[in-house]
Amino acid sequence: MNHAANTETVNATENSFESAKDPVKESSQEITMVEAVNLAMAYEMRMDENVVILGEDVGTNGGVFRATDGLKAEFGLRRVMDTPLAETLIAGITVGMASQGLRPIAEIQFMGFIFATMEHIICHAARLRNRTRGRLSCPMVLRAPFGGGIHAPEHHSESTEAIFAHTAGLRVVVPSSPVRAYGLLLAAIRDPDPVIFLEPKRIYRISKQTIEDNGEALPLDVCFTLREGQDITLISWGAMILETLQAANQLTESGHSVEVIDVATISPLDIDTILSSVKKTGRCVIIHEAAKNCGVGAEISAQISERALLSLQAPIKRVTGYDTIMPYFRNEKYYMPSTKDIVKAAMETLHYE
Amino acid sequence: MSNEGRNPELRAQFDINYYQFLDNQGTLKNSLPTYLEDDKLQVALYRQMVLTRLLDAKCIALQRTGKMGTYPSTLGQEAVGVGIGYAMTKQDVFAPYYRDMATQLIRGVKIKDILLCWGGDERGNQSEQTPFDLPCCVPIATQVTHAAGIASAIKIRHEKHAVVSTLGDGATSRGDFAESINLAGAWQLPLVVVINNNQWAISVPREVQTAAQTLAQKGIAGEVRCEQVDGCDVLAVYDAVKRALAHAYEGKGPTLIEAITYRLCDHTTADDATRYSPSDGLKKGWEKEPIKRYRSFLHSKKLWDEHKETALFEQCEQQINTAVQEYLDTEPQPPEAMFDYLYEELPRSLKEQRQQLIDKTREAQP
Repeated sequence: MNHAANTETVNATENSFESAKDPVKESSQEITMVEAVNLAMAYEMRMDENVVILGEDVGTNGGVFRATDGLKAEFGLRRVMDTPLAETLIAGITVGMASQGLRPIAEIQFMGFIFATMEHIICHAARLRNRTRGRLSCPMVLRAPFGGGIHAPEHHSESTEAIFAHTAGLRVVVPSSPVRAYGLLLAAIRDPDPVIFLEPKRIYRISKQTIEDNGEALPLDVCFTLREGQDITLISWGAMILETLQAANQLTESGHSVEVIDVATISPLDIDTILSSVKKTGRCVIIHEAAKNCGVGAEISAQISERALLSLQAPIKRVTGYDTIMPYFRNEKYYMPSTKDIVKAAMETLHYE
Repeated sequence: MSNEGRNPELRAQFDINYYQFLDNQGTLKNSLPTYLEDDKLQVALYRQMVLTRLLDAKCIALQRTGKMGTYPSTLGQEAVGVGIGYAMTKQDVFAPYYRDMATQLIRGVKIKDILLCWGGDERGNQSEQTPFDLPCCVPIATQVTHAAGIASAIKIRHEKHAVVSTLGDGATSRGDFAESINLAGAWQLPLVVVINNNQWAISVPREVQTAAQTLAQKGIAGEVRCEQVDGCDVLAVYDAVKRALAHAYEGKGPTLIEAITYRLCDHTTADDATRYSPSDGLKKGWEKEPIKRYRSFLHSKKLWDEHKETALFEQCEQQINTAVQEYLDTEPQPPEAMFDYLYEELPRSLKEQRQQLIDKTREAQP
């Protein structure tokens, strides 16, 4: 079910097909995030024959969002595999492949269908190295589009990254731009341990950036400081970076100096970057689309309280989705945090005495 | 049944073949293939079954005396594990469940490692002798899905070996099993799946588990070659797995084997089967058990006698006792070892917790 997604993809599909097919093409190009995902996988598949792709509709169709477009044509059936329609199976065979030294990239079509994979991810992918004291490992990537805002049917809009962040042995990575999608996905594929790579589909095609297809990865396990400032720290990841940056612009216009941190790797968390920022600004708002209760924002907030309480000049605020079920799409805009919500929370934090 | 008037394309007929060489008394019912007419192999199969049974008894004793954790016995099912272990080559990959000590020993896992594993120490799964085999798998049937993935890797790499995975009868009710069988057929994977149908999933009997007349027929829907064997006849198990592997090596695809056994023991040492298992079932199970009938067979072939039997028992006891001592002498890992294999390199955020544990442990020491 991806009506909204498919109708937008025609032009991008053709572009990304060309870029994926031709390795000697001009390496600097303006592309969307979903094209950057495609480009990263194509690059690494050319470099490492152990990299394979599997999932539902990833072959001839190129994935329902076209993330794997053109890859079957270039790398063939044995490396780009349409699986039966069974998410548990996809995760399980990915673990099996990775245990033998392949570097599989599995696509789960939407994060709403990721729950069938969880026994394999939590009980096996995350534990194989630990269980065998390093004899076997699980260098796999599980990719899934996630988050709301594209008017999709039920189960196509949730943000449940915290469930994976709670599991030791995994990395949970969320890009927020084409550049970070390219660099972080390359890093995820090369990482010797399992990575849950969650792609905010609302921003798959919202903007383009110039990317050098040079195979340079970005570091995992670190936050990216997108904007430096003195008065307040805004912390977010994924699609909400868009609204967070818009809020930062408005706050700047009203005379505030705003620092913006893109967490990027949700787990393991780079708390040091967050702490040094909050110690500098003394004020902090955490923004995420996921529900508030036990969300990743709660963990960040707790760690700041434990380690930087005396630097705080105002209580930490969280701007998040509600602790409800994501409404059907007529009302999804009321669920998702807005730029206005972020500005309001930031102003309250800035003016707290 | 007449097929007249039906669309022939909608009609399919299925047979499940049942294989047995030795009956309950150890009498040869069918002639053996030449590769089984091998005195050395025939004796080796017996020796391994006896070693397995004696080690099994020792494991239960260690658990009962507080020297080991919960342990799943293999009593009565030794022929399945030994048959599989001898049929496989070193290059093949094994993806076991948790009642597979017999095969693991043949694959090269040390007795000490088996004891460490059930004695609560991850180092039992570190076995260098089996670099690519999976460790024993606790979540039901998930190992079969991993095996399908390993078989896919073999196919992707154009390699020629195969994967063997095992599961219990209850595990055939799980989606992981069904999804893997479906994939194995669709992708023609070099995969051999062996069901140890020991009639019980803890307390739930085989007939409550499914209405299917056989478990082997669960392969038919996925177009997977399938058959039943007498799982208490080590020759039949060996032969079935050997044929299935040959089939896989030739690129002809997967096989599902239902090995019919009877669990002569509790599910694990934490279970009490007298609460649910009728005694007449157990009595019939003992009539079929694999070692006695196979000993009769070897006696009839003049390959075995009482003298050899006594010597074998002594040898096994010594081997087991040495390993038990090694296990008991193995110091536990340091507490901070719980951090040391989470990731290839410990993330910065976890280094602090690791140090906290070290400090706490030091403080606790006198």
